Amino acid sequence: MTDLAIHILLVLLMPPLLLGVIGKSKAAFAGRTGAPYLQPYYDLARLFRKGMVFSETTTWLFRAGPIISLATLLTSSLLIPLGNHAAPISFDGDMILFAYLFALGRFATILAALDTGSSFEGMGSAREATYSCLAEPTLFFALIVLARLSGSLSLSTMLTRSLSAVWATSGASMLLLVAALFIILLAENCRIPFDDPTTHLELTMIHEVMALDHSGPLLGCIQYGAALKLFVLGAFFLNIALPLRVGDNLSDWGLFVISQLLLAMAIGTVESVMARLRLTRVPQLLIAGSILSAFAMLLILR
Amino acid sequence: MFFTSETLSPAPLLVMAGMLLMACSGLPGLMLARHDGWGQKIATLLMLVGSATGGAGSLLTLLSATSQRYAVDSGFLLGETQWGVDPLSAFFLIPLFLIAGSCALYAVGYFPEAKHPSTAPRLTFFFGLLAASVALVFTARDGILFLVAWEVMALSSYFAMTTEDQKKEVQEAGLLFLIAAHMGTLALFAHFSLLRGESATFAFPVAGTLDGAALSATAIFLTAVVGFGFKAGIMPFHIWLPSAHAAAPSHVSALMSGVIIKTGIYGIVRVTSFYHLPPSWWGMTLLALGIVSAVAGVLFAIGQHDLKRLLAYHSIENIGIITMGIGLALMGRSSGKLPLELLGMGGALFHVLNHAIFKGLLFLGAGSVIHAAGTREIDLMGGIAKRLPLTGLFFLVGAAAICGLPPLNGFVSEYLIYLGLFRGVSGIGTMVTTGVPLMALAIPALALVGGLALACFVKGYGIVFLGTPRREVPTQPHEAGMSMLFPMGLLALLCVLIGLFPQGVVRLLGSAVTAALPGSRQTVTGLTALIPLGWITVMGLMLTLVGTVIALLALRRRPGGVTTTVTWGCGYLRPTPRMQYTASSFAGMLVELFGTLLRPRRHAPKLTGPFPAPAGFSSHVPEAVLELLYLPILKKGNELLMPLRKLQHGQIPLYILYIFVTVIVLLALAP
Repeated sequence: MTDLAIHILLVLLMPPLLLGVIGKSKAAFAGRTGAPYLQPYYDLARLFRKGMVFSETTTWLFRAGPIISLATLLTSSLLIPLGNHAAPISFDGDMILFAYLFALGRFATILAALDTGSSFEGMGSAREATYSCLAEPTLFFALIVLARLSGSLSLSTMLTRSLSAVWATSGASMLLLVAALFIILLAENCRIPFDDPTTHLELTMIHEVMALDHSGPLLGCIQYGAALKLFVLGAFFLNIALPLRVGDNLSDWGLFVISQLLLAMAIGTVESVMARLRLTRVPQLLIAGSILSAFAMLLILR
Repeated sequence: MFFTSETLSPAPLLVMAGMLLMACSGLPGLMLARHDGWGQKIATLLMLVGSATGGAGSLLTLLSATSQRYAVDSGFLLGETQWGVDPLSAFFLIPLFLIAGSCALYAVGYFPEAKHPSTAPRLTFFFGLLAASVALVFTARDGILFLVAWEVMALSSYFAMTTEDQKKEVQEAGLLFLIAAHMGTLALFAHFSLLRGESATFAFPVAGTLDGAALSATAIFLTAVVGFGFKAGIMPFHIWLPSAHAAAPSHVSALMSGVIIKTGIYGIVRVTSFYHLPPSWWGMTLLALGIVSAVAGVLFAIGQHDLKRLLAYHSIENIGIITMGIGLALMGRSSGKLPLELLGMGGALFHVLNHAIFKGLLFLGAGSVIHAAGTREIDLMGGIAKRLPLTGLFFLVGAAAICGLPPLNGFVSEYLIYLGLFRGVSGIGTMVTTGVPLMALAIPALALVGGLALACFVKGYGIVFLGTPRREVPTQPHEAGMSMLFPMGLLALLCVLIGLFPQGVVRLLGSAVTAALPGSRQTVTGLTALIPLGWITVMGLMLTLVGTVIALLALRRRPGGVTTTVTWGCGYLRPTPRMQYTASSFAGMLVELFGTLLRPRRHAPKLTGPFPAPAGFSSHVPEAVLELLYLPILKKGNELLMPLRKLQHGQIPLYILYIFVTVIVLLALAP
């Protein structure tokens, strides 16, 4: 029961902090002080107090988009184990639902963007739809590896049980997987080198440009959703990359929180030392990720 | 037409009655002197009563899990034939009766007799005959009756789809359909002759009695894949499908795509059920064909900018997914893995039903859109959801369902296939020995298909229904009438209900899967034990609940209020509707990425001088398999066989002489 409460509280409260940490570490690299760690929370609170502006071109879908997207993320957060703790809900094949909930969120977001009739948002939607197609197989290659290594069909068992032992036996495969999943983590969360969440050039953006017309609480939903997505996919990634276990319940929670913060710092570092890729390069990197994970699968199928 | 010595039990009797009602539904309309709509009204009533009775009979069969088979003496027509209904037939009959009834009702608003007095009676007649012949295909129990029904089905689809035969593209599509259909039928002639060699009778053998290792089994399987593959539209036998679906009136497309191509799937499932131990390469072949069809089908769909061609390519994709499920089930049977059998066949059959529902819905929706916009070109549409809000909502449900998104029905059937594949790969229980790499490839392939389908349908829905109209339409489009909205609403409701509460369908599925997989026991409980049905319901409801809570929080009244303005154009002051993204530009990146396969054609203008004259740009993705594979081979063959053309001179008496001579020769050769 306590675990369930901690799980839900972490899911609801922690995500914006990750954005704060990323911002702070980028500021550190640039020699600035940077916004306070809690800045994303202030931003969200401000957005949720504001009114909304709608384009007269839009229909109800424009309003539903951010809401459905956030709902899918919150639902999928119930399926993901955090650190050494099993998820509140797990059943055979929950990883498929996990992946398809993300797809539903994307469906809603893209349609909301197209609802404005703006060509900029059209561009963003086309890019999002294209890149996510290329990212999808990577995730499933990874799921095959995990299912086969753990002999289970649910995320909780796949990710919490004896992954450190698996590292010892199938290390090469796991290493490839970590590389592939890091690519996916950056791409899905629209971080550099795929997308720049801070740019103001509409022509070069992917995700931000789809939210151009959203305002007020709906924009808040989108930003909170982005943070939550980073948190959930980060938890997935960390379970594979850093399967550290103490054994003690409370320390494991602490360990999870610390590793999430470390991951946010790592992302901040990548964003500081790399430039955004040219758009035509993005598919190549995504395909490279798919191939890495396909190799990871081959290694365990032999 | 039929005389049987036995009395039919209630369920087959209902199916038979439904079938006959549908077959005769168009006759009064043909005979009435004036075409003022009464013929169509009578036909629709007969079709609705027919689907209700037939559907009730099918449901009864599935619930009681009984199979009935009757010897029918049709006198001099076909001699003694076999007819019957079993749970497998019944599971295919349910989408038939559902879609045929919905489409008949839709036709009243879509193709009213008052507006098309010369063509509507013909279309109504062939539509009824078509539905009845499909029902007969599903219930025929011997090769001769099956082939007769198959041919009636091919011809009545031809006549129904070429209703608007004054258009050249319709004529061409019809011809291509006819050729492809008969290439398939030719393979089936060989198939049923070979099958007769196994049991010395044209009657279908009892399930699980033939030996899969025999050499003849290989030939029977291959002819079935080709013959049924042509009808199902499995790649590379799909060449007729896109143009036929695009040319047909929308409610005919809905029936063709929703049900008729499934007769090919039915054939493959039925034939493989005759064998008690199919070789493992059968399953692997089907799984590989399924992967190819699914991936290539959806890729071609992305490049289309004709709304109905786009939907047609998605039929190829979904047939691919169904074929993958059947392949998995056969692989499970060869290696004796019951869970793979159940999940593969269960997923495939479930997807047959689901695809019929959402594809029927999408084609009907497309019909309303085309009615309103006056074109099939996606790039000329836009903003239709504002004019046709209900059609827009129903189409959206169908679009989300076909992408396999939760909490709709498409997700549940794909979930079953995924589960089966994951079980096969992860080796839970006992390890499968053969074909694991293929199964492992099938999973990411299915994921890629899901992603691409999503891209294609956000494109289709976004460009057609959202934004602003891309050209001025002379008459203000308005919402479709009740007779068109009701069938769409019903199908959309079914998408949601099956997605949230799949338990009911899985209960029906159990007996159908048992009939398709001879030798597997306790399938009903086996299936429900393998699928976490309860969780699907819980998660679906939870998603809805969370969404509602967020909506209430985010959209509640605030001091700032809500203001309306124009779309933010990044500072540009005079935006026009033509500046919006189009279907072609949306799909551009993906089409380019897969250009080696799709062979897109671009017609770009040459711009010269500092002030070039107005010019146009267009691009399209042709049917590459037809143009690059079939046509060159057929052309070559035509040249080679030119001398034989002398035999074909149009003199019918001489043709009859050919037949006579052939029969004499065959009789002389017969042992």
